[in-house]
Amino acid sequence: MNEAELAIVGAGPAGLSAAIEAAQKGTKVLLIDENAKPGGQLFKQIHKFFGSSAHKAGTRGINIGAQLLQETQKLGIRVWLNSEVCGIEQGHNLWIIQNHKESIRIHAKKIILATGATENAVAFPGWDIPGVMGAGAAQTMVNVHRVLPGHRFVMVGSGNVGVIVSYQMMQAGADVVAIVEAAPKIGGYGVHTAKVCRAGVPFYVSHTVKRTLGTNHVEGVELIALDENFKQIPGTEKMLACDTVCLATGLTPLTELAWLAGCKFDYVGALGGNLPIHNEKMQTTEKDLYIAGDISGTEEASTAMEEGRLAGINAAAALGYVTEQEAARRSAEIWESLNSLRCGYFGQRRREAKDHMLKKGAEMIR
Amino acid sequence: MKSELKTTGAPSLEELRASPAFPTPEQLRRGPIAVIECIEEIPCNPCEAACPKHAIHIGTPITNLPRLDVDQCIGCGKCVAACPGLAIYVKNFTYSDCDCTISFPFEYLPLPKEGEEVEMVDRHGKVLCKGTICRVNNAKGNDHTAVITAVYPKTFFEDVVSMKRLKN
Repeated sequence: MNEAELAIVGAGPAGLSAAIEAAQKGTKVLLIDENAKPGGQLFKQIHKFFGSSAHKAGTRGINIGAQLLQETQKLGIRVWLNSEVCGIEQGHNLWIIQNHKESIRIHAKKIILATGATENAVAFPGWDIPGVMGAGAAQTMVNVHRVLPGHRFVMVGSGNVGVIVSYQMMQAGADVVAIVEAAPKIGGYGVHTAKVCRAGVPFYVSHTVKRTLGTNHVEGVELIALDENFKQIPGTEKMLACDTVCLATGLTPLTELAWLAGCKFDYVGALGGNLPIHNEKMQTTEKDLYIAGDISGTEEASTAMEEGRLAGINAAAALGYVTEQEAARRSAEIWESLNSLRCGYFGQRRREAKDHMLKKGAEMIR
Repeated sequence: MKSELKTTGAPSLEELRASPAFPTPEQLRRGPIAVIECIEEIPCNPCEAACPKHAIHIGTPITNLPRLDVDQCIGCGKCVAACPGLAIYVKNFTYSDCDCTISFPFEYLPLPKEGEEVEMVDRHGKVLCKGTICRVNNAKGNDHTAVITAVYPKTFFEDVVSMKRLKN
């Protein structure tokens, strides 16, 4: 069987940051990704990131991705692309399908899962006709493949994903005729919503899509108002002409490999659902298995990169490349940055949910 | 209070005036000045580092709202392209007897040309008046956030925040 010291599954912001952190200390890293290119979702984030100016804030996601890849190359990190990790046995053995045809097994001393998250869908009559798609899918088409999937968009969901993707569809030349939100309040950051608002995009709070119009392709949507119990209010229907409906209705962590490995889980609604229990080292209840990024709770690329660094330094320490003291010092530094990202109106709820998780992790992982 | 920002997407003047960065009507009319429309505690601070006069303060934690030291601000506009939220513009009430200017961030193509007449919009995208482009600053350091300066009538001084997107 092939051998790896540290195998990292997923080469997005968390996986790349984990690989760089560990390789800088001398760890021999194997980075595995199912896609043809590394970078995860970073290469479709063409907007400038928030965060601290000390940590690349104000830099576009696409450029952060390029910097991480450069660093990965400089450190000579081994990267396997077109490689799907399909199984994990005895906590150490990964079963990988390469290029959709070859089956490979690899034994890793330590593993970091940085598998990310997947988009949630909501179902309504006509959600299955062409023209209805995930907001992330539309973003990939436009920003990665340079294909504009429609000209008149309705966005379902007003969180940051919905609002940012709406903005980017307009940058690509399309119109956004509505952003629809079931809750009575808009979810995304005010600076993002103000940006699309001054471009003339109306928000419909306490509304949902009742159905789409059209048989072979979306030709419009019927919106309907919702009461405080999220029940549709008959008689409030409104038709809007559009050719594309995007769903930005949340993300669910991709945890299959952690389940297979036997990790213990906890349900944390504020962070996207069932999550592998982990401690402040990003270590799971399977002690040689670490997690980082959206698999440990859906947040943002900035927090995913910091969590990747945490998992990377602690896996390197567990392999003997850094002393426990040095890992603790570096971890404290990263935690300070993480805590500053989990502050304020938007961050507090995630901070509390993470604190609850870490407490659980401290009790169960010794 | 029902938040306009969280129900319509754009802040009301009352919500803006209640934030620590928003200049008073008198300060706004003194000459070129940065107007920061950032009223939610989000983890973000590049404006603070961008200001050569150290007129913008955030400190720690970085979720603090920005504060503008109005007496230090010279309206240079370095913060306009630096703000990842595109939430800062510079306004100059003293441009001429009838007209004022705004320098705002703009990330749509095509960019307007100097001398072109465009439609100026409010926070909800409503066209309020015509404006004339006097500068398009797309310097490399702006990283593709062009800063557009337009001249428009003083009657609409406070409500104009941007221009209508041009179509190819």
